[in-house]
Amino acid sequence: MTNLLEAPAAPLEKVRAPRSWRALLGLVPFALYLLVFLGGPLYFVISGALSDPSGQPTLENLVATVTQPQYLAAFWSSLEISLVTAVIGAVFGAFLAQAVLTSRPTSPLRRVVSTASGVLAYFGGVPLAFAFIAALGQTGLATIALRGAGIDLYAAGFRIDSLTGLGLTYVYFQIPLMVILIGPALEGLQPQWREAAENLGASAWAYWRHVALPVLAPALAGATLVLFGNAFAAYATALALTSGTIPLVPTAIASALSGNVLANQQNVGLALGFDMVIVIGVVMVAYLALQRRASRWAPK
Amino acid sequence: MGAQVRGRRWRVVVLGLAAVYFVVPLLSSLEFSLRKPGGGYGVANYLAIATDPVLLEALTVSLEIAVITAVLVLVLVVPTAVWVRLRLPSVAGLLETATILPIVVPPVVMAAGIAFVQANLNTPLFNALFSSPISALTPFYVVLAVPFAYRAVDNGLAAVPLRTLVEAARNLGAGLPTALLRVVLPAIRSAVLGSAFLTLALVLGEVVIARILLYTNTFPVAVVVVGQSQAGVSVALTLASLVLTWLLLLLVSFAGGRRRVS
Repeated sequence: MTNLLEAPAAPLEKVRAPRSWRALLGLVPFALYLLVFLGGPLYFVISGALSDPSGQPTLENLVATVTQPQYLAAFWSSLEISLVTAVIGAVFGAFLAQAVLTSRPTSPLRRVVSTASGVLAYFGGVPLAFAFIAALGQTGLATIALRGAGIDLYAAGFRIDSLTGLGLTYVYFQIPLMVILIGPALEGLQPQWREAAENLGASAWAYWRHVALPVLAPALAGATLVLFGNAFAAYATALALTSGTIPLVPTAIASALSGNVLANQQNVGLALGFDMVIVIGVVMVAYLALQRRASRWAPK
Repeated sequence: MGAQVRGRRWRVVVLGLAAVYFVVPLLSSLEFSLRKPGGGYGVANYLAIATDPVLLEALTVSLEIAVITAVLVLVLVVPTAVWVRLRLPSVAGLLETATILPIVVPPVVMAAGIAFVQANLNTPLFNALFSSPISALTPFYVVLAVPFAYRAVDNGLAAVPLRTLVEAARNLGAGLPTALLRVVLPAIRSAVLGSAFLTLALVLGEVVIARILLYTNTFPVAVVVVGQSQAGVSVALTLASLVLTWLLLLLVSFAGGRRRVS
């Protein structure tokens, strides 16, 4: 429909070189804004991480973050919860996205899931923490219902403000983010590929195993990485759910910043932030590499 | 035939599991927020916002931040997305990656950097910036809102014959700003409204930066503080803001869909 309405892709760009510097000028406001208001804070985190309170350069803060046991514990639980919830969120999110995409494009189900995904993925934080306390807290509705059915979560050692409880809450915003991220890749699977596979006698399983999954693999892996970064960065949920009882890197940063303990705590807090930036940097580099592979199959 | 039935069966399982996982916590919130201290149910927690001056003031501040943020985000994102589609399709992938950045850059790290500036750089410019939550928080909320706004606007642009619209407008004598404002913007209004409402949701939910920078008179921080003494009120307020945002988005989605069908 829209293809018919669209004017033929103008040769315009081919005449004027598409990468001409004048065209790039149009990106300056956007790039400059991100540079100042995203790059600015990151700059001060990095420079503060590498200096002592008087401003002299030092590596002591960074060394402290990778040697002191409380920070190491924070890193391990942050990495653990991010990894586990990224994988769970990616698997269920991919299935949910596929289930929704195989419905009619105008079905209410699609609208409900896509709008709800946006709200839950980006807005998660505090409301989700409260919702899970209401559901699975000591007197939560689900806790009581399960107890009625003979399953006593709290007798079995479950607590909503534990790492498991926090992970369960994280999945609630990881799945919607996966639905948003993987949707375009799933839509990019050409029906002809399935038809060709079926004509060659492939079962549905063989089609997924030998055609669809290999094509989707880079996109799936890339989205999982973003989910990992998202969970690693998340703090609002933990803040509202546990008020700081679970050692996570963001919790450690926040308490170092409120710094009523030691004089140079603020710089250690910034050093922890620097460590987080490095982890995120590695994730982004891997994501970029995967993105390049994923675009190989993108329909043109 | 057999494959088709099996296909439907796994969809029902997936959708059923998702429905249970996603609906139960929301229903529990609703039930919890309606509980009355002495037992029984009532809507008192939802009315608390009207009688609590602290919450009311915080909500006003956050709504002001939300409106300014939404406008700034659109001013930044719409022309850039249009420009990339028309003149720089080769950098579309790069830009999409750039918009992933604010999702993965931890708000707590941004807050740490800003807190450092707030504490250590005492120039008139920074002092003016940090004097009110509106001027201090808005610029950074714009950064946080850019990823989904860019995605939503770009999807909206993909669904309209952008090049035709812009060229027609320019042939009729419109400059690029006029074409953007009077032709492109109305054509993608559901995407624009969608990103504005998501921005609203973000501002009403962002607690980390506001709390670390000690702007306690913003809605999300005030809600968390209230939650320590009156859990019911904060559950009611967060649930109401979540559901209201979602309903607004759903409304926009249906309105946009109906227009396209007709």
